[in-house]
Amino acid sequence: MKNTLKQVFHSPKFLVGFCIFTSILLMMIIYPLVNPGNPLEMIGLGTFAEPGTYVSLYDSVGTKTSTLKLDGADVKRIDQVLSGEDRVNMLNWFTADSIDISGLDITDTDTLLAMWKANFDPSIRLQGMTKAMRNYYIRLNDNINAAASADILTVSEIDASTGETVEKAEINKTDYVNVGDVANVKTLPLGTDNFGRDTLKELVSACGTSIRIGLIAGTVATFIGLLLGLLGGYLGGFVDDIVMFFTNIFTVIPSFVLLILISYSISQDQRGANTIAIVIGFTSWVWTARSVRSQVISLRNRDHVNLSRLSGHSLMRIILTDILPYIASYVVMAFILQISSGILAEAQLSLLGLGPKTTDVPTLGLMMNWAMLYSAHLNGSWWAYFPVILTIAFISFSLNLMNTGLDQVFNPTLRD
Amino acid sequence: MKGYRKYFGKKILWLVITFIAALLLNFTLPRMMPGDPVAAMTAKQAQGLSEASAVKAIYDNYAREFGTNKPITQQFFTYVVNLMHGDMGTSFSQYPRKVSNIIGNAIGWTLALQFPAIIIGWLIGNLLGALAAYIRKGFDKVLMPITLFLSSIPAFGMAVMLLVVFAINLKVAPISGGYGFDMLPNFSWNFVVSVIQHYQLPFWSIVLVSIGGQAVGMRSMSIYELNADYVKYARFLGIKDRRVVGYVFRNAMLPQVTGLALSIGTMVGGALVAEIIFSYPGLGTTIYQGITMADYPLISGTTLIITVMVLIATFVLDIIYGFIDPRVKAAQFD
Repeated sequence: MKNTLKQVFHSPKFLVGFCIFTSILLMMIIYPLVNPGNPLEMIGLGTFAEPGTYVSLYDSVGTKTSTLKLDGADVKRIDQVLSGEDRVNMLNWFTADSIDISGLDITDTDTLLAMWKANFDPSIRLQGMTKAMRNYYIRLNDNINAAASADILTVSEIDASTGETVEKAEINKTDYVNVGDVANVKTLPLGTDNFGRDTLKELVSACGTSIRIGLIAGTVATFIGLLLGLLGGYLGGFVDDIVMFFTNIFTVIPSFVLLILISYSISQDQRGANTIAIVIGFTSWVWTARSVRSQVISLRNRDHVNLSRLSGHSLMRIILTDILPYIASYVVMAFILQISSGILAEAQLSLLGLGPKTTDVPTLGLMMNWAMLYSAHLNGSWWAYFPVILTIAFISFSLNLMNTGLDQVFNPTLRD
Repeated sequence: MKGYRKYFGKKILWLVITFIAALLLNFTLPRMMPGDPVAAMTAKQAQGLSEASAVKAIYDNYAREFGTNKPITQQFFTYVVNLMHGDMGTSFSQYPRKVSNIIGNAIGWTLALQFPAIIIGWLIGNLLGALAAYIRKGFDKVLMPITLFLSSIPAFGMAVMLLVVFAINLKVAPISGGYGFDMLPNFSWNFVVSVIQHYQLPFWSIVLVSIGGQAVGMRSMSIYELNADYVKYARFLGIKDRRVVGYVFRNAMLPQVTGLALSIGTMVGGALVAEIIFSYPGLGTTIYQGITMADYPLISGTTLIITVMVLIATFVLDIIYGFIDPRVKAAQFD
């Protein structure tokens, strides 16, 4: 046993897979300790806040300020104001005013602005320009000027008793606050999802649930498969015929279809993550049963098994001591693959809208499902779906690697 | 040929048995579940309805539609008789369209998308796997982890990523549907071009995902065969390397054909979900509509058709296997 383990951990593939899987598990354990709280809590109003650090605007007003004179602060400010569309429109204005724009790079805010200031005149009426367009240019010009001017912003508060506006603070353009001094700062490494939940926190929790689903599904499937494979393979005859009959049927009937039919029949409020996991397990035992059976058949007439039988050992004992140890490696490998296919099956079911009920726990499939329902992929909210796909891919990649590594250890002909 | 007849007869018998089993499952599974399925369906349909008589009317309608007020054997009998007439009931969500009509429109899209994609993915995967096994060294070391990772990406994930990169960012492909939304299906040049454009992304997402698994399997099989005694003997005899490799790959291919037959169900399942991402007008999207609209007859009909498709594909692969496996061939001429 010890020797086998040593051999297994010498396989580079197994080791890499094991490391990836362990780090995913560690992440699942450590992250909730660092960032506790309910993963389904809706912290944001509105959908899909971008990843980044959010600083409370309200708190930053009262915070101690320092004056920093930074070069190019104005340009950056204007950069933020000018969208790509605005820049193209500015260019169109130059062209309409028949100004030479050769060599002008619209991404270069400095020169663009200099040219704009030199040439733009709100009183000019260009030929063929609609009134709406003219007003747009005037607004744009105002925005640029507002961003560039040295105005002081005044923050005021309405006094509740008198109804008067009381000045609370003045903000200079050169005022900066230290993020550390602001009372409320929230970093959302993966933004929020469509419900305004912290995506990273949800992802970590979903990852845990999905792995649990995989483990339960894998255990159920392995148990059924092992039982049927052992019975069919060892007893042979009529029992074997029956086992093979069902195995053959369920090999060709897609388990995906069975999953849809069963999950649809269970009503939404009874569909917990565990129920789904057990259903997945019940539809995916076929592979294990087949491979266990063929292994057992080749073992059945080995000398040590015959000897054991002649010594009058019970069926249980023969199976446990003379057969199981020989097929253990296959069973472990099948189990690993079952986990990964269980996770995938849950994700697919959830995408169809047949996954676990949504109010309970997040799962990878449900996150994917919500992201798709709210068109995250169409509106550019990559943080809502891409990390989910990546997590699923990494989990099954690590499990597949472990499986290949084990395969190479136990099948010497495959070794590199 | 007499032997072959036995082989085919056995396969056809299994096709019939599995078909009956599929029918039974499709019929009984929803009815076996705890609780009254008709009540559950009524609850889904009647969400927001407060009037008791309306709910009762819906319940009665479902009960009549499924004949749940009759004994179960009679229900099954009616079900089979109706199926033989090609009648799968009436869709709730697209009333009064017949389920068979909806499926008839969708099935062509799915067949045209999935079978070429799965077969091409299988071919490319096997080729890469064989190359990896033959060349080993650097090729193998770089290629294998990549293919293994590719095969770990779920089909829907691949679909979403291709969609975002090619349709949204690069704008070289349409976002969804099977043809331009401004067109009606006909045989004009424009329509065909539009269909081909819409075909690309779903097609490649299925191909890319199926390559990985096949390549890994083929690589193991080829390495196993390359180390076999007959290869050493052939090399010892001085038979040209190319010829030996030919033999090896032919032998390694055989388990891959069986592998395809065994995994086609899983692959179709993944590809159906990928269809949903692209709103491709095939069976995947149909079943999704059925589920979101709580359209039970549509779901039941679609699952049955998908099962039948997979059964037939497996059967065809079994027949092909019988012709190309020399062991089966030899057994038939004994």
